[in-house]
Amino acid sequence: MQPFDVALFPENAKRCSLKLFIAWTIPWVVLLLWGLVSAVLCLWKGLNQTNMTDYFAFALWIVFDLAVIALGAGAFFTGFLTYIIGKKELKDIINAAVLIGFICYSGAVAMLGIDIGQPLRGWFIFWHVNVHSMLAEVSFCITAYLIVLLIEYIPIILENRQIQRVRELKYFGNNLHEIMAMFAATGTFLSFFHQGSLGGLFGVMYARPFDFRGGFYVWPWTFFLFVLSAIAAGPCFTILCTKLTEFISRKKLVPDRAVQTLAKISAGLTCLYVGLKIIDTLVWAYKLTPKAGLTLMDYYREGPYGIWLLIAEIGICGVLPAILLIIPKVREHNGWLVVACLLNCTGIVLNRFVFTVVSLAIPVMPFDRFVSYWPTWQEWGIALALVGYGFLLFSLSYRYLPLFPKERELNP
Amino acid sequence: MFPFCFEWKWDPDHFIFLGFLYLVLIIVGTGLGVAFLKTAAQVLGFMRERHFDH
Repeated sequence: MQPFDVALFPENAKRCSLKLFIAWTIPWVVLLLWGLVSAVLCLWKGLNQTNMTDYFAFALWIVFDLAVIALGAGAFFTGFLTYIIGKKELKDIINAAVLIGFICYSGAVAMLGIDIGQPLRGWFIFWHVNVHSMLAEVSFCITAYLIVLLIEYIPIILENRQIQRVRELKYFGNNLHEIMAMFAATGTFLSFFHQGSLGGLFGVMYARPFDFRGGFYVWPWTFFLFVLSAIAAGPCFTILCTKLTEFISRKKLVPDRAVQTLAKISAGLTCLYVGLKIIDTLVWAYKLTPKAGLTLMDYYREGPYGIWLLIAEIGICGVLPAILLIIPKVREHNGWLVVACLLNCTGIVLNRFVFTVVSLAIPVMPFDRFVSYWPTWQEWGIALALVGYGFLLFSLSYRYLPLFPKERELNP
Repeated sequence: MFPFCFEWKWDPDHFIFLGFLYLVLIIVGTGLGVAFLKTAAQVLGFMRERHFDH
């Protein structure tokens, strides 16, 4: 028997029954509801619902924000490679990349809405802007890029079989598609600057030797390292999401050529990033830290965040995936590719965690002490709601939209 | 922030920072406007529909 909602599926696409689909969405809806309750509490009672303090003004939500913004970089970078560089084979994966980017950025912006405490005053950052603030630049770029991502996602929605019957919407979708290169170029410009400025805002903190870096003109090296790490890990996250969809749907959805192109580019960028990150770490450990009157081990003297984090970030989740991805035989093996992508993405999440939470845990004044932080259930609720939202929107898009243009061809 | 706001200063910092923002918004707005106008022209029959290969 055909599923009840078969008329909405992409042409000749096979999907599970509606009952099974609803059952699949239940955990994600539960996560969303948990997030909703937490958000209501935070907006109603205030940020005292969190474990954020004067020490930890940046906490779990910012770690999640920075992580998903880096992982969502697959959208702008794949768009750049497809529309600007002309890697035509990536057209088979670009829809998924755009959707992942949209989920990451819209989720991050929604989370920031709670994080600022008074979302009704959110517009202050645009109107009463401090033009010397990297955070202001990040806010501008993320908001503008979310608009660009929405414009890139709309034509995919308009490709739904039933929507295509409405002539006006069909034409509008096609017309947006025709000028997509312009939006892709705008997205690349915006992404480059906000990914960089997210790193830059840590690198300029002179009073925090754990974060402070030298740099080029007004940009500390962290500016360039954040851009590089995002474009290295973003495509890996896109590959991971498509592989997960293929595993769950038990179908081949993206031609190997597209995946391998992304993986190869990511391999080169990961190697470059890890190389530069090692140099940056050595300069930081042996030049900048002694200059501040400290030694490397002073950062890891106490508290839960030890030197193991550095080894895990640069060694296990940096050098290892770079080696795995750069070897063609390993890259072409499905299992190893997933392992390498998973390690690469974990490395980027660790990097953002270290810059956000660990840097705030380290004392900077003689009377300060090492502090640690654990989020409340409300903070976890809002952060995990992003995961639920992501799974839900991706599942709905896969069910009703032609997310993978080669699906029919690969599954005759 | 617009140039007629009291917080605005005619210095390179404000000019570059907000100039780029407005440039991006103009590009995005123009793109959307062109897509809307082309759609209207096609629906009203002034322009032929193009078959776009995704």
